[in-house]
Order: sequence, then C-alpha cells, then structure tokens
Amino acid sequence: MKQFLAFIKKEFYHVFRDRKTLLMLFGLPVVQIVLFGFALSNEIKNTRIVVMDYAKDEASQKIIDRLEASSYFDIQENLLSASNLEASFKEGKVKLAIVIPADFNNDLLHFNKAQIQIIADASDPNTANTLTTYASAIIMSYQTEMNGLRHAPYQITTEVRMLYNPELKGAPNFVPGVMALVLMLIGVMMTAVSIVREKENGTMEILLVSPFRPFLVILSKAIPYLIISIINVAIILSLSVFLLDLPINGSVALLFGESILLIITALSMGLLISTSTDSQQTAMLLSMMGMMLPTLLFTGFMFPIENMPMPLQIISNIVPAKWYYIIVKSIMIKGLGISMIWKETLILAGMTVILVAISIRKFKIRLA
Amino acid sequence: MPEPVIKTNKLTKIFGDFVAVDEITFEVQPGEIFGFLGANGAGKTTAMRMLCGLSYPTSGSATVGGYDVYRENEMIKKHIGYMSQKFSLYEDLTIFENIRFYGGIYGLTNKQIKIKSEELISFLELEQEAKKLVKGLPIGWKQKLSFAVAIIHQPKIVFLDEPTGGVDPVARRQFWDLIYDASSRGITIFVTTHYMDEAEYCDRVSVMVDGSIKALDSPSNLKREYEAMSMDDVFYKLARGAKRGP
Repeated sequence: MKQFLAFIKKEFYHVFRDRKTLLMLFGLPVVQIVLFGFALSNEIKNTRIVVMDYAKDEASQKIIDRLEASSYFDIQENLLSASNLEASFKEGKVKLAIVIPADFNNDLLHFNKAQIQIIADASDPNTANTLTTYASAIIMSYQTEMNGLRHAPYQITTEVRMLYNPELKGAPNFVPGVMALVLMLIGVMMTAVSIVREKENGTMEILLVSPFRPFLVILSKAIPYLIISIINVAIILSLSVFLLDLPINGSVALLFGESILLIITALSMGLLISTSTDSQQTAMLLSMMGMMLPTLLFTGFMFPIENMPMPLQIISNIVPAKWYYIIVKSIMIKGLGISMIWKETLILAGMTVILVAISIRKFKIRLA
Repeated sequence: MPEPVIKTNKLTKIFGDFVAVDEITFEVQPGEIFGFLGANGAGKTTAMRMLCGLSYPTSGSATVGGYDVYRENEMIKKHIGYMSQKFSLYEDLTIFENIRFYGGIYGLTNKQIKIKSEELISFLELEQEAKKLVKGLPIGWKQKLSFAVAIIHQPKIVFLDEPTGGVDPVARRQFWDLIYDASSRGITIFVTTHYMDEAEYCDRVSVMVDGSIKALDSPSNLKREYEAMSMDDVFYKLARGAKRGP
C-alpha cells in the first residue's frame, strides 16, 4: 500500500510539473463548454426569415401574425425577386423564406386547398430542419383553427410542445456531448501517453524489474486521471448550471456514478493503446483518431444517428460514449432515475468490464 | 566454497526460429564483478532479461540469488537491482523525489528512505542539487544517480546493462569507483559493456558470440590464453568469427 501511494504521488508530480498538459487537462472542458455554449449554439431564436406575401389578404396576414408572435422568427415582409432571394440566402442574411401565393385565401375558400412554399437554407441541414418544422407547425395550427371555425362543433387544435427543452436551447444537447468527449479524450490520451512515456524513457523496465506488481503500475497510472476526470465532470456541470443556466434535473450522484463508469472505460482504452505502441506520438495520434472521431460522430450530439445509413447506425452501438450520452441526457435533462436507464447503464458497464479485462490481459502478456 | 549467486545451466531463449541465447552455462560468485561481454546482437541483453525475470527462458535452468527464474521471479525481483542502458530516472522529478519514489516502490520505510537519501546525496556530493529537477544534471551525474538508486534497497546482485554508454572517460572512471564501492559492500555486480578497458576492471569476464559463451575467465587468464596484449585483442580474436552482428 505504501508502495502504491509513493507511485500515485509520483504520477501527480508528472501531471503538475507539466504545465502544458495541465492547461489542457483543465482548460479543455472550460473552452469546450464556452465554445459550444456561445459560439456553436444551434438554438433557434429570432431567426431572420422572409415572408413573401403575394396574397395580402386576411388569411395570409393571420399566418404572418402567428409567425411573428413566436419568438423563433424575426420577420421581414418583402417581395423579393427570385434572384434577390437567392442572393439573400447566399449572403446568409436569410435562413428561411415563406412564399404565400397571390390567390391564397381564394384557393382556401373555394378549393379547400392552398399551398404555401417554404424555402430553407439547407447548407446547415439541422437548422433548416428545425426551422421548417417550426414554420409548418405554426401554419398547421392556423389551418386547424380555420377548420374549427368552419365545422363549429369539432374544434381540433394541435399543440406543438417541445418536450424537456421548451425553449429549444442548444445547451442540453451539447453539455452531455462535451462531457463524453472530454472524458474520453483525457482518459484515453493521458493514460496511453503516460504509460508509453515510461516505456520510451526506459523507466518501465525498471518498474517491471522491481517487486512492484505490474497490475499496480496500471492502477497507479489510472488513479490520478480518474481523479482529474471527476474534477472535470464537476467543472463542466457547474459551468452548465451557473454559466449556461442549465439545471440538473436528475440525481447528481447518479450522474457522477455513470461518469466514473465511462472514465474507467476510457482509461482501459488508453491502456490498450499503450500496449500496442512504444512512442508517445503514436499513442497520442491513435487516441486522437481512435477516440475523438468516433466520439464526435457516433454519440449523436453533433450528427443525429437516426439520419445515418444503417451500417453506421450499427457501428454507433459499439461506441461507449453513445450510451453515456444517452444516459447523461436522460439524467440531466429528463431527470430520469436508474430505473429508466438501467439498460443503457448495463451496456456501458458491460463494455467497461470487457475493455478492462482485455487491456489488463494484454498488458500482462507483454511482460512474459 | 559459497553458493553461487547466479547459476545457469543450458539457458536458452528462442524467438521463432532465431536462437538468441544458445545453451549458456555459467556461475557467478557472491561479491564478484562479473563482466558480460559480447558484440551487438550477441544475446547479452536477452540473457540478462531472463535473469531479471523480464523474459521467460525457452529452455534450460537458472537460479538468481538462490531463486528459480521460472517459478520464483517475484522473489528474484526483491533481491536484485537493475540499471538499463537508457537513463531511467524521471527527469521531471527532483533528485530527492526520485530517490523517494524508488525507495517507496522497493518497500523501504519512510525512515529508511530518509536516511538512505541523505546518505546517497552526500556520498554523491549532490547536496546543492537535491531539490532540483534531474533534467538539468550532466549525464555523468545522472548515471551515478541511477546506479545509486538501483542499489538503494541493498540487493544481493545488481544488473548493469551498458551503464556507461555515452559517458566521457573521466565520468566512466568515477562510475567504476562506485561499482567497486558497492562490490566491497558485498553486492555482486553483473555488468555488460562495450568498453574493453572496463572489461579489465572485472574479476571475471565472459565473452558471448552468436548467442553462446565462447570464453569465460579472469581478464589476465584470458589474455594469456589468447596470447593477447589487451582485452581488446582477446575480444577481437573471439568475435571476428561472428556471423551475427551489426
């Protein structure tokens, strides 16, 4: 036990003496949260849209009023020519255009059928999707109201409710994503690099010749990064509560428990990488490519998994961060307890156990 | 005659179809300075790794400090020190912290570590540098410190794998003073080297060529036997027939 403590102490010296790494360890989560929180927000609020109202009648005015009443849109009424419209799109001034044709009310009254065109700038498909959904929902609500007036006894209204995230804030989605990303990155990269550094420096040999058990070498390498990662979780959560006004709806303890599960998974992946290379640079590259990309792509916080082709959807299931992301979202935003997320937890825990087993096994084989 | 501290019998290591170490048999007596010579690729490091418990032999038998290399390598680890050809202290730790760390993993008590580190630091005349990072030390000092750390737990045997690589002649000479000092305190020294002048300092040397031991005796006997002026000539006569090598 004393040996073990001496080792952990040494690991902390390494961490605190290396200012650059230290800055990365604690700066990364802060920068990511601030960056995602303010710069990369995909929140829909006061988006500038153009309504080209050729009808100028009662019906079209009502629709415009409704669009205006929502906080999502900032309406410009303008009759632009087709080429002007395209120019505005290209300049990025306008994200969405709604075209109401000249005989809109007429069509509606006589044929019970009228068309409205919605044009969206789909260069950012996620935003375009959200915007058109909102716009159509608003128009639909007008339609149902109209139906209600005509068939007096049957008044049907649809109500659009954005569940869990009524203000459509971006933060609920990316905070769990950033947590997954930061934990994976730090866990995997730091463990891999710190073990490979011992190999590169030749100190690993000395450690293996000493009576200190190889298993304890791994454990004492992992513990400092486990502690640092837990601190990072705390930093991210406090930033999201105090800076981004995003409350934690579920149990904080459960959130930390699940985070520790992911951290252990990350640490064992780092160990696995360290057994396959002898150079710090390779270790770093492997961790970056092997962890960053899948985590970014397959957790679903940047790119919706449902929109991916089937093979990629299947692949996404083997990415631990995906399950963690689902779990954290459920706890933080929906406030769910363990009874609702035990399946995901079980999957994540299973992955953790398998990875720990493989990496320890591989590490031992190298000593033989 | 006392029990030898290292005893091997037809110790062999085969990687695939490459025989790295081919049935080597030798004994090392307690307190001896045993030189383990051989050209690059002759199999020295592999043989040493087997004795240290870093690698399992393919066949043959060996005991180190009376413990079997197959079954008792955890016991062996407690009784040996090891210094590799790479400088193996932590550069981002101070001298004092390095000593504490290695003392710690060898299970020394805090008190022992304190006494030991003060002793080492004053012995190596490093009082001024004790609280500085190892990074800034000249290579000769680093090497001496590595050695001091390798014997911090008073092992029976210390294995030195080309300890003086890249060190200037003066520092090498000083390093050998440390080796003599350790030897006089009863620690057996098992050392590999490229420098033939260093071979002359050993009590006995073995010369490995292509995985097997071609000669084993005291430097003076070997020179007589091979009618050579120096160990350099002895080595050249033995090693020139080597098939493997750089």
